[in-house]
Amino acid sequence: MATIVMDDLHKVYAGGVKAVTGISLDIADGEMIVLVGPSGCGKSTLLRMVAGLETISDGTLKIGDRVVNNLEPAERDIAMVFQNYALYPHMTVFNNLAYGLRNRKFPKAEIDRRVREAAEMLEIAQFLDRKPRNLSGGQRQRVAMGRALVREPAAFLFDEPLSNLDAKLRVQMRVEIRQLQKRLKTTSLYVTHDQLEALTMADRLVVLNGGKIEQVGTPMDVFSKPASVFVAGFIGSPAMNMIDAAYLHDKGEGNALPALPQGADLIGVRPDDLLLTAPQGPHLRLSGTVALLEPAGAESHIYVMLEGNSQPITIRVQGLPTVLEGAQVDFYAALDALHPFVRETGLRVA
Amino acid sequence: MQTKRSTFRNGWLPYALLAPQIIITLIFFVWPASQALMQSVYRQGDAFGVRPPTFVGLRNFAMLFDDSLYLNSLKVTLYFSVGTTVLSMGLALLFAVMVNRMIRSKDTYTTFLVWPYAIAPAIAGVLWWFIFNPNIGILPYVLNGIGYDWNHRSSSSDAMILVIVAAAWKQISYNFLFFLAGLQSIPQSLLEAAAIDGASRMKRFWTIVFPLLSPVTFFLLVVNIVYAMFDTFGVIHATTEGGPSQATNILVYKVFRDGFVNLNMGSSAAQSVILMGIVIILTVIQFRYIERRVNY
Ligand SMILES: Nc1ncnc2c1ncn2[C@@H]1O[C@H](COP(=O)(O)OP(=O)(O)O)[C@@H](O)[C@H]1O
Ligand SMILES: [Mg+2]
Repeated sequence: MATIVMDDLHKVYAGGVKAVTGISLDIADGEMIVLVGPSGCGKSTLLRMVAGLETISDGTLKIGDRVVNNLEPAERDIAMVFQNYALYPHMTVFNNLAYGLRNRKFPKAEIDRRVREAAEMLEIAQFLDRKPRNLSGGQRQRVAMGRALVREPAAFLFDEPLSNLDAKLRVQMRVEIRQLQKRLKTTSLYVTHDQLEALTMADRLVVLNGGKIEQVGTPMDVFSKPASVFVAGFIGSPAMNMIDAAYLHDKGEGNALPALPQGADLIGVRPDDLLLTAPQGPHLRLSGTVALLEPAGAESHIYVMLEGNSQPITIRVQGLPTVLEGAQVDFYAALDALHPFVRETGLRVA
Repeated sequence: MQTKRSTFRNGWLPYALLAPQIIITLIFFVWPASQALMQSVYRQGDAFGVRPPTFVGLRNFAMLFDDSLYLNSLKVTLYFSVGTTVLSMGLALLFAVMVNRMIRSKDTYTTFLVWPYAIAPAIAGVLWWFIFNPNIGILPYVLNGIGYDWNHRSSSSDAMILVIVAAAWKQISYNFLFFLAGLQSIPQSLLEAAAIDGASRMKRFWTIVFPLLSPVTFFLLVVNIVYAMFDTFGVIHATTEGGPSQATNILVYKVFRDGFVNLNMGSSAAQSVILMGIVIILTVIQFRYIERRVNY
């Protein structure tokens, strides 16, 4: 159990690559923080700096009330789950779990108790005598989790632990990891590039871009008030539509137009917030040509081309759409569903 | 295993393509081997044809195992093979671990370490003969300085050390390459996981790296024993010629000495047959284990 405090962390790799540039973050005890961002944005680097696998170029890192900048990984009291699981292939599952405890000179009985307890919890008790190569992907994932659990560390670090699993198993493990984390109340730092994982698992999520924090907040905060165009585009699927404010003033209609925020020249609106019937209250209306219908089971996506725009607008509706491809369609957005941004800075207008 | 199958329209073509290999095998391997097998059960006739060769069954073999010189040669071979194998594999592993840890100049060091492999055994032998030469060699000179009187012409242990060093030296390159490849195939994340799991550098090596290298180690073990036993004729011949007083007279060298110098063909042939048996056993072990991919 511990807090993690990052204060202006920097990482410059030997080749001169600046992977992390000035990250400050306070993580509360027992909190589940998800680091999310596109590939190459520095998530793994930051996580590995916390683990002690990469040196910290600048800034201070505290775990609990110790500054750990210069401590070895083993001394930081953290456990890590790797993307490729990194199970020891020549050891049985039992020995994989016990390895860290043996190195720390735990008494044999205690090792036995902890390993069996973790194995029960993760439902891998019947595999304790097997080698990793005789396990399925999902079972290996559980062993990797188990190896972190038995240590009862101050913090868990996860580096895209589910990305090697198939979609169905990924959802299942996502739920299990979150349940386990809530039960154990262990501070966790979880890296993923999957925005859905981030939204569903995080107490707070941290959106990273180019080695910097774009936004920190609860999933609801980040989803409903994205702080930048980048976050708006990255969190939520299908991605938020971006429409030129000038276009709205020119072509849009409805009683919301005069209320558009001053200074915003780019307006974002989520596919769910575009409606085919006019809502109550202030709203605006647009029209365009239906370019493609995309039924996706319980919902459908309608792609609409606005006159003079090259990117289609995505509208998400429940069930099957009532419009036809090639037809002209009117659609509406409530005033409070509009996200105002400044194009030049990429930031949200307050 | 998948088998590749191709069909030839001409019935004789596959045989024609195989012929050169088969002919070479017959002339240089099968024929001499069968000659050796034959001779090993005959007592040699005399040079004038007065007394023809006589069939003696396994007498040549029985005599060998009564012969203290032969038993000595077995013992010498054992020391020599074990010494050579341990020395060359140990040093190669050490070098491989060190080079693997380097970030720059990795390739340069690898190249340097591989060079000795390109040198013929006899030349390597001469090289070591010079270095160790009690009169003009640099090493005895240095050893003399620290109070050790090196002389492999009179001291059996000095001679043994010399041939082991000379034989091992050449094999280090080969072992090094295999160990380096083995080390590079171990995922970095395993070592990182072990570091987080509280294992020291040494502990990581012995509990993770070394076990994961075991298939490579086993393969090299067999290759090195075979090398030490059968491929070091040149080294011995160029340095000690089996001496002093049989101290470095390993089995292959003894076959040569007894057959071509002392002209005792029957005994020499029996010795070759025994060597053949050893090679066959080692090869079988090799194949059995390579198929099973040892350990994990
Ligand atoms: N060992 C390294 N040496 C040099 N550059 C690296 C190294 N590891 C990562 N990088 C670079 O740092 C940046 C961030 O990488 P990483 O943290 O792995 O991103 P992510 O995990 O978000 O995909 C990338 O530009 C990557 O190329
Ligand atoms: Mg990564």
